Amino acid sequence: MSEVLLALLYFLIFPGFLFTAVIGLFAAWVDRKVTARLQWRVGPPWYQNFIDFLKLMGKETIIPSGARKITFLSAPLVGLVGITLVSLMLWQMNLYPATTFLGDLIVILYLSILPSLAIMIGGAASGNPLASLGASREIKLLLAYELPFIVAIFTPVVIIKDIRIGSIVSYQINHGMMFTHHISSLIALVVAFICMQAKLTLAPFDIPEAEQEIMAGPLIEYSGPSLAMFKLIKAMMLFTVPVFLITVFAGGMRFGGIQALYSVIKYKGYDAFYSSCIFDYCFCRRNEV
Amino acid sequence: MSLTMFSLKKSIWVYHLSAGSCNNCDIEILDCLTPRFDLERFGIMLVGSIRHADVILATGIVTRKCLLRVKRVYEQMPAPKLVVAIGACACTGGIFRTGYNMAGPFDRVIPVNAYIPGCPPKPEAMIDGVVKLIQSLNGKLPAKKVR
Repeated sequence: MSEVLLALLYFLIFPGFLFTAVIGLFAAWVDRKVTARLQWRVGPPWYQNFIDFLKLMGKETIIPSGARKITFLSAPLVGLVGITLVSLMLWQMNLYPATTFLGDLIVILYLSILPSLAIMIGGAASGNPLASLGASREIKLLLAYELPFIVAIFTPVVIIKDIRIGSIVSYQINHGMMFTHHISSLIALVVAFICMQAKLTLAPFDIPEAEQEIMAGPLIEYSGPSLAMFKLIKAMMLFTVPVFLITVFAGGMRFGGIQALYSVIKYKGYDAFYSSCIFDYCFCRRNEV
Repeated sequence: MSLTMFSLKKSIWVYHLSAGSCNNCDIEILDCLTPRFDLERFGIMLVGSIRHADVILATGIVTRKCLLRVKRVYEQMPAPKLVVAIGACACTGGIFRTGYNMAGPFDRVIPVNAYIPGCPPKPEAMIDGVVKLIQSLNGKLPAKKVR
């Protein structure tokens, strides 16, 4: 019984839903703030994304008459469960590498597709032509980035000849960070960085939501709580996908003593990397999440 | 003050609805959203879809062609909904009030919560209007569904 409760606690509070959501919304704020400072603006206050989420939860949900009701409403839930599971498993492997099992890397790769899949299904179910255009672009983007991403992630697997995330983490604890010790890993990290940009539909890869041409893309018909859930999925991915890359290439995240600070610095380094990519287009970009 | 109200005041997503204006007010709205005035620090954001919006920024007299579309856009908006009429035409009809094509002004078609006169109003005036609208809300929201 207590095991079930503990599992629920893991899923809902600590490495799972609540923790990822709070850090993710905070990371999304950092993104907005950096964009604002680059444009010589003040930028939103730190609680802005939380307030946005709260407001969307209080709004009415409208189901368009042309939409498939159940698919339309369940799509954001599927994405949310997917990204929560990814985060939960990643943190579990990082904090307790011994809990790893054979092939968990593949499970995480599959689960991390769920949010993109949810956006496609939700967009296609909403019955809006612009939304289905956005959904088809999301599919094209997925087909383009997923193969290089998987190839890049499997480079450490080939190096250590073990397909468990726990093994990758413990290998790095013993031998140092993957990408500083193997030149093939460094190349794979560069590839994975570019694929991460696409996975988060950031800057040069934001074709599914290109607001200049197709407004909000697949999310165009979503309102109220379901839209809030999609925004939350985006924010959680902003936290989880960099953590995934850090786990595989840069030695993982750990708590306790100086290691915790080091983990935060690593995450911020990754964050700064794609924030610097924002610099290229910040002068033509308007306010957006 | 309810939680919905509290968060709505700090996170206003606006949708720009032009119903037969001369484009002057529209350009001023875009000016208002530029980095110079930085509305994002108040949580105000321009959204592309009416389903995401909290406030309609309405410009122009409502022409006969636009009438049905304006009503439809208002109905497509999710519940706590507010409308701000921007410019002389949107508030009163302006110099076009006796025109053959006039079906407005806006408050004859949909409920309007705030009026910002001017031809066109300056971005400062718009910010002032939105601030006054936020202050006037204080705890009360418009009806859940307007039919």
